[in-house]
Amino acid sequence: MTVTASPGPQAAGAALPRLLAGVGREVVLGLAEHEREYGTLWLRGPSGSRRPERLIDIVEAAGLTGRGGAGFPTGRKMRSVAGRGEAVVVANGAEGEPASAKDRMLLSYLPHLVLDGITLAADAVGATEAHLCVHRHEHDLIDGLAAAVAERRRAGLDPVPIQITGIPGRYVSSEQSSIVGYLNGGPAKPAFSPPRPHQSGVRGRPTLVNNVETLAHVALIARHGDRWFRSAGLPSAPGTMLVTVDGAVRWPGVYEIELGTGAGAVVALAGGPTEDLQALLIGGYFGAWLPAEVAWEAPLTQSGMRAAGGALGAGIVVALPGSSCGIAETARVMRYLADQGAGQCGPCLMGLPALAGAVADLAFQGGRGSAVDAIAALLPLIERRGACRHPDGATQLVRSAMRAFIADARWHDHCGPCDGVRHAPLLPIPGDGEEDRDWA
Amino acid sequence: MSHQLRVNPIACRGHGVCAELLPEVIEMDPWGYPILRSAVIPPGLVPHARRAAAACPVLALMLERAQVRRP
Repeated sequence: MTVTASPGPQAAGAALPRLLAGVGREVVLGLAEHEREYGTLWLRGPSGSRRPERLIDIVEAAGLTGRGGAGFPTGRKMRSVAGRGEAVVVANGAEGEPASAKDRMLLSYLPHLVLDGITLAADAVGATEAHLCVHRHEHDLIDGLAAAVAERRRAGLDPVPIQITGIPGRYVSSEQSSIVGYLNGGPAKPAFSPPRPHQSGVRGRPTLVNNVETLAHVALIARHGDRWFRSAGLPSAPGTMLVTVDGAVRWPGVYEIELGTGAGAVVALAGGPTEDLQALLIGGYFGAWLPAEVAWEAPLTQSGMRAAGGALGAGIVVALPGSSCGIAETARVMRYLADQGAGQCGPCLMGLPALAGAVADLAFQGGRGSAVDAIAALLPLIERRGACRHPDGATQLVRSAMRAFIADARWHDHCGPCDGVRHAPLLPIPGDGEEDRDWA
Repeated sequence: MSHQLRVNPIACRGHGVCAELLPEVIEMDPWGYPILRSAVIPPGLVPHARRAAAACPVLALMLERAQVRRP
């Protein structure tokens, strides 16, 4: 989808937007404007007296969790890397989810917020090396980031130089062990773990891998403190997050919301539905379909989405209109995911194409009354059997489709494809030409 | 001290030796890759599990002491 700079109308409560406060003028925020908008960054406080590890305490007290999809507590992750010798910080800006646009938006419009976060994290964990990884085919983005890094170098802002690295564009190449493998000179494919990157990452050193939005939150927490961060969101899931809203809504785009906002309120923020909705895809292609009536009141938090049978993922909300076919949408995404595997693990290499074929048959051919059961039988043969979460993410999506669209699935199985399969595809699938097929 | 089996799915090439040597615990999926019915190995089967792990041509099957979960 296209990146739109639209903080838009915001919900009542804490003063929002926070991250996106500097967006709206459709321009990249230079260093001077950035400091005017967000305030000057003091690495050790104005007196230079603060211990660098103090930031980890503050991030932990803030309750910030990773915004890349896994939702791991950021402070704990930082602590696992700190104090263990010369560490490495890796900012993950290689947005693997085709339906997500938030990381690209942050890096395009607010590069200094992310770069502040990298420098703060590097200082806190004692890193001597820092990387910002983005997809290597995004030349304009890389040029813009290089200019921002150069501007900061002239101002003497980053004691640890930030290196911008372009990585391959495959779906699983933005997984944290893939990035570490690529920075170590290998292919950008997930690794068997343990060891995990925080134990042994780039050149065997303790490595902190954080999503770029997570680091942007760190940049604001360092300025305003943990209590300020907690004044938005829920006590159990504090702060704000970026969401990418797409599908049958009036103004698709990236929005900043408080954690705990209902999925329906997020759709309303994006101008509301453009027609009757049957379901929402929440969390992206590793997320889940939820029937619209289930999703509407469900709070956007990790636990809220799990309780509703979904996953928060990287904050994607796609509204599926009643005229579309959820089985056909799922089939197209499954074909893409099956093709995007690293081809390393047998159950994923063999199982995902089999599953994608079974879902495509159900969607576009119909079955003889046994296709739904055939899909159900394939799922446990794939789940929890890969080195990374790729196969599990894909099966979660199919399981959710079989729950949310079960009536439609049975119709397809017994009577053939519904009218909705002729509806124009809603979910974005990167074309064969535009994405980068290599691993190395 | 209990033992558990773990498959390195990246290394595994589906030779199927393990399923032959340890059918009590390991079955094959339709593509020839091992499925562990249970990761934890009963004490009586540990020698068999050790033999299965040693026989894997690519050393993808690992018998490990069950680790105490750290927070």
